[in-house]
Amino acid sequence: MGKILLAHGSGGKLSHELIEKYFLPYFKNPFLELLNDQAVFDVHSRVAFTTDSYVVDPIFFPGGNIGDLAINGTVNDLSMAGAKPLYLSAGFILEEGFPIKELEEILASMKKAADEASVIIVTGDTKVVNKGKADKIFINTSGIGIIEKPVNISANNLKIGDKIIISGAIGEHGIAVMTKREGLEFKKEIKSDTAPLNSLVADMLSASTDIHALRDPTRGGLATILKEFAISSNVGIVIYEDKIPVKDEVSGACEILGLDPLFVANEGRLIASVFPESAEAVLKAMRKNKYGRDAEIIGEVAAEHKGVVILKTRIGGKRVIDMLMGEQLPRIC
Amino acid sequence: MRFIDEFRESEYAKAIVDKIHYISRKNVKLMEVCGTHTVAIFKSGIRGLLPAAIKLISGPGCPVCVTPMTDIDKAIALARQKDVIFTTFGDMMRVPGSLGTLQKKKADEGLDIRIVYSPLDALKIARDNKDKKVAFFSAGFETTTPAIAATVFQAHMDGLSNFFILPVNKTVPPAIKALLDTAELGLDGFICPGHVSVLIGSNAYKFIAEKYKRSAVISGFEPVDILLSIYMLIKQIEEKDARVEIEYKRAVTPEGNKKAMGIMWDVFEPCDADWRGIGVIPESGLRLTKKYEMFDAVKHFGINVPAVEDKTSCNCGDILRGLKEPPECRLFGKVCTPENPVGPCMVSEEGSCSAYYRFGANG
Amino acid sequence: MCLGIPAKVIKIDDHLAIVEIGGARKEIGLLLVDDISVGDYVIVHAGYAINKINEKEAEETISLLRRLADEVYR
Repeated sequence: MGKILLAHGSGGKLSHELIEKYFLPYFKNPFLELLNDQAVFDVHSRVAFTTDSYVVDPIFFPGGNIGDLAINGTVNDLSMAGAKPLYLSAGFILEEGFPIKELEEILASMKKAADEASVIIVTGDTKVVNKGKADKIFINTSGIGIIEKPVNISANNLKIGDKIIISGAIGEHGIAVMTKREGLEFKKEIKSDTAPLNSLVADMLSASTDIHALRDPTRGGLATILKEFAISSNVGIVIYEDKIPVKDEVSGACEILGLDPLFVANEGRLIASVFPESAEAVLKAMRKNKYGRDAEIIGEVAAEHKGVVILKTRIGGKRVIDMLMGEQLPRIC
Repeated sequence: MRFIDEFRESEYAKAIVDKIHYISRKNVKLMEVCGTHTVAIFKSGIRGLLPAAIKLISGPGCPVCVTPMTDIDKAIALARQKDVIFTTFGDMMRVPGSLGTLQKKKADEGLDIRIVYSPLDALKIARDNKDKKVAFFSAGFETTTPAIAATVFQAHMDGLSNFFILPVNKTVPPAIKALLDTAELGLDGFICPGHVSVLIGSNAYKFIAEKYKRSAVISGFEPVDILLSIYMLIKQIEEKDARVEIEYKRAVTPEGNKKAMGIMWDVFEPCDADWRGIGVIPESGLRLTKKYEMFDAVKHFGINVPAVEDKTSCNCGDILRGLKEPPECRLFGKVCTPENPVGPCMVSEEGSCSAYYRFGANG
Repeated sequence: MCLGIPAKVIKIDDHLAIVEIGGARKEIGLLLVDDISVGDYVIVHAGYAINKINEKEAEETISLLRRLADEVYR
């Protein structure tokens, strides 16, 4: 099957071949088939719009690949506003020499992820750069979604008394990506939790529209998002160590590497700040959804210690949680 | 997780806290020597649970924090050598030398600097890259040094000629002695480092009780271990009884791990060492013995860096010796933060200043 | 200075072993310890076992903790 050549990105015959032979078959839809430089459609609603670039290394990891992240990540960013994701764009920057077989595998994953999330890729672009000017493959996806319910979901909208809910166990993506690099193996393999959360958010909003904030704890983990919430809304947040779900394998891996699961990235989880009277109903709805089975209420929004996140430890003590500074590096000390 | 979960049980923790409150009368100053204990204490919020009469002071037991700027400069000089792959524990990446950190130099100059979890990883890199030279930043106390010694021993047995170490290892008992010789400190007892003690044995601390008449308890690292150790120390102090006790009985014995220490003393021998923020402590450092000299990176590459004097108004020296607390340093939280650390205590994640800043004053 | 974790030895191959903690597994070196068998718990630091856990002492410490808890809560 061969490798990507510079000519594949120059707009000529090889570029067309690449699109017709690989991209179109996977992303087949009436918009793309027109092969125009843009997609044209009507929207009669409040619109949410987002963009993200994906540069993860390794590009293939237990539970997924860069393609899964590229679709799910953007679907999730839209969902975190309470928007129903509709249309995505996908821009690819390929390094000269990148194996076409691997490109195909990534495209197949993207198709599967897009189908699951009920979104379509309506426009795209591919460029090829000289060897060494990009690390294998970079993907940018932008997305448009519509907000049909009367919601105002934003990090600066937390209200005192809100319950903080997490949709499942933390740390799986970050650990999965590190597995090969750190020579870790598992009794039960840790897979990335990458997943589209739009159906989960839709179920939550059906249970109650009193959801004040939503975010997916990707880079920097749960701790960083809570700190962002606290600062943005100028409130205090209290969370309880014994309520935070962490799988044994993730705990074990974190113990070995000297990492704190609170700061490890997730790609298929969300944190919600919910009006207290609605919290139980929202939790119940979450647990009925495939991606919210292990959802838990882990804390609440407080009037005191504004801008500060406090963790109540298992033994009854208190600890301040700050956001991640730089990367978490494996430690021996 | 076995042998971990039992020592995180909130029921046991609360019971010990109650008992501590029950027996505590005197104002007492305890030092946790080990940086990993400092972090553990902050992470579980132990300070806030203790009676006001008990003051916990963080000590200099952070091998990263006490690495002088010159040693970081040597590391950077090594990483810059042609065909060198420089390997290090993650802990050392953000320590500032006079030219910057290993992390920054890696980014700015494209140096081949790799983080390893174990010296064995560095050895493997050497085996897999025979055309390159691999240097390992050998840092740590007696918990880590035997592991490094075993790796050097292995390299020697295998006749590996492209593996070197930059030794900045130090030992703990001389540092504790130096602290006890600092009269102003007024320490009543020591929470001794559990894993260093696995190697050196509790007998190594006899001098604390016998010569200096202070209490010492060797502690594990889970919250219940630390609380139990504090309880044991308070009990000793209230009963005016200065002894060396082991709380971490499941791992520490009076003699320690003789096999491991034997390997360490075959590969390394004592020398004087400069502790950043404190100064030179005699016989507290380690260098390679003649038999293993060929593994010394500084000798092999002829590394020569100018001595650097630390001229900041940083109070780390006083903080490391327990004379001041982080907020008392003028630079703390203003000029000196974890993102822009000035002194060693803010650099390492388990430095007092860093822990204080990140986890909060009320611990 | 001392992140050391208790892990169970599940396989031994000369001076290397595979240990497991909470379902996570890693290969470590055994050069610093003697007399290790599969099923033993060791403390792992920087890729080496630094000691074998004395399970009897562990149980005694836990009994002590239980007694303390009983005294306080009875």
